[in-house]
Amino acid sequence: MFAVCAVCAVAAGAAVFWVDSMARATFALLASFVFTGVVILLIELSYLGVLVILMMTMEMLVMVVFMVMYMMNPAGLMPMTMVHNNRVALVISGGTFVALVAGIEVVPWPARGGEPPPLPAAELGAAVMESHMLVMMVVAMALFATMVASVVLATDRGRYDRYGDGLDRRVPDDPIRGGVGR
Amino acid sequence: MTDAAVPGGPAAWAAGGDGVAAAAVWPVLVAPMVLAVFGYGAAAGTAVLRRHVSGVAAVGGLVAPARETVRLLVTQRRTVPGADALLWRLGGAIVPVAAVLAVLVIPVGGRAVSDLSVGVVWFNAMEVLVWAGLWLAGWGANSVWGMAGGYRFLVQGLSYELPHMFALTTAALGAGSLRVSEIVAAQQEQVWFAVVMPVALAVYLVSALAMAFWGPFDQAVGRDIAGGVTAELSGVDLLLARAGRYLLLAAVAAMAVPLFLGGGAGPWLSGWAWSLVKAAVVLALLVWAGHRLPTVRMDRFTEVGWVVLLPATLLQALLVACLILLGWG
Repeated sequence: MFAVCAVCAVAAGAAVFWVDSMARATFALLASFVFTGVVILLIELSYLGVLVILMMTMEMLVMVVFMVMYMMNPAGLMPMTMVHNNRVALVISGGTFVALVAGIEVVPWPARGGEPPPLPAAELGAAVMESHMLVMMVVAMALFATMVASVVLATDRGRYDRYGDGLDRRVPDDPIRGGVGR
Repeated sequence: MTDAAVPGGPAAWAAGGDGVAAAAVWPVLVAPMVLAVFGYGAAAGTAVLRRHVSGVAAVGGLVAPARETVRLLVTQRRTVPGADALLWRLGGAIVPVAAVLAVLVIPVGGRAVSDLSVGVVWFNAMEVLVWAGLWLAGWGANSVWGMAGGYRFLVQGLSYELPHMFALTTAALGAGSLRVSEIVAAQQEQVWFAVVMPVALAVYLVSALAMAFWGPFDQAVGRDIAGGVTAELSGVDLLLARAGRYLLLAAVAAMAVPLFLGGGAGPWLSGWAWSLVKAAVVLALLVWAGHRLPTVRMDRFTEVGWVVLLPATLLQALLVACLILLGWG
């Protein structure tokens, strides 16, 4: 079961670069993630495994919209290819693979000292929420600020467009009316 | 509060890895059949309501789904030039499969096919597969109606999914577990979660309608775009998509029972009977609501989802969390 899912995950991952449609490429990638999720389930990390399936399904469905929109295959009308600049790409990917494998083989890995705690998830949670709480909160604020800033930078309409130059319009002037009467 | 009562806590993690294989074989066969009966009931109920409105003898609606099934089974299926057949057929088939996989964790009378330690997350993951199903069915047909319907459903999904997740989270929070049977047990010790978290239940029911692209959230298959996702489907593909929709509606209705309505708790009848009766009542409510309410445009609903439902579910979760800290449970 493990081997089947592992091979299928790799095969679906390879199919991403084999197919000639962005929709197929995206869903091949999703299939690869789902097989990976099953593999994670099989090593008894049930929460993580199901979460991978859940999050990746949603993510790929959002991604497919943008991929189809931005990539060279609008509306799927013409075949496209996921691989470009093949020779250099082959050299780079082959070199990376060799370097990583060499790293794994050459580095003298230290022997394991001590035993894993009985509840590693709880230990991790305690570490994140206790001693590293400040770091995590700063990281969270930075991430949140980045999201807000990128949305503000991306939108072309500000409050003066919506509420008028004096900000005195009672109902904002939006191109699409929302559902709560604004 | 015991160690096991931490949401997604160590006990839930440590107990992971329980799989379908561990359960007996017969529930695997019975669960889809029960789901099919409920799905047929929903379809028949819809047919009866529609006939009642149009003034035809309503009783005929009871056999209408069976007749329609036979008709679709013997219909030659159309094809469309330039269709991506693989994605197209796959899309329609994913919907019923996701519904069946979702009910595996729903306990009936204290027994689920597989009482996973992360049952709530599993249920959520399976219902999100429907997003893929609808988009694929809409895209693969190489039809503008199908594609518009698929995109409509994605917008709708992004509007209902977060409030829906927080509604599920609130139920899990109340029990301190992602295991569905422990959520039921927590309600039997204390009180039905419908009482302490009515907002979460309401949001769950709204998102259940949206998830099953059932009225008033049926714009993905709307008549204004010639059936949207189902516009080009025919024959057995259309049967799968339509049946899948009723199965999905039945599955989400059934999940409301262990999450909010006390599972199999109730006087006189046995646990499994109460589970089924409650699920049937919720399903009837959803079918009736979808029949009565006018279609909501999802660009309107998006704002409702993010500005009203999401803060409401967050406040509900906060309230439940405070109750737990104050010693309830």
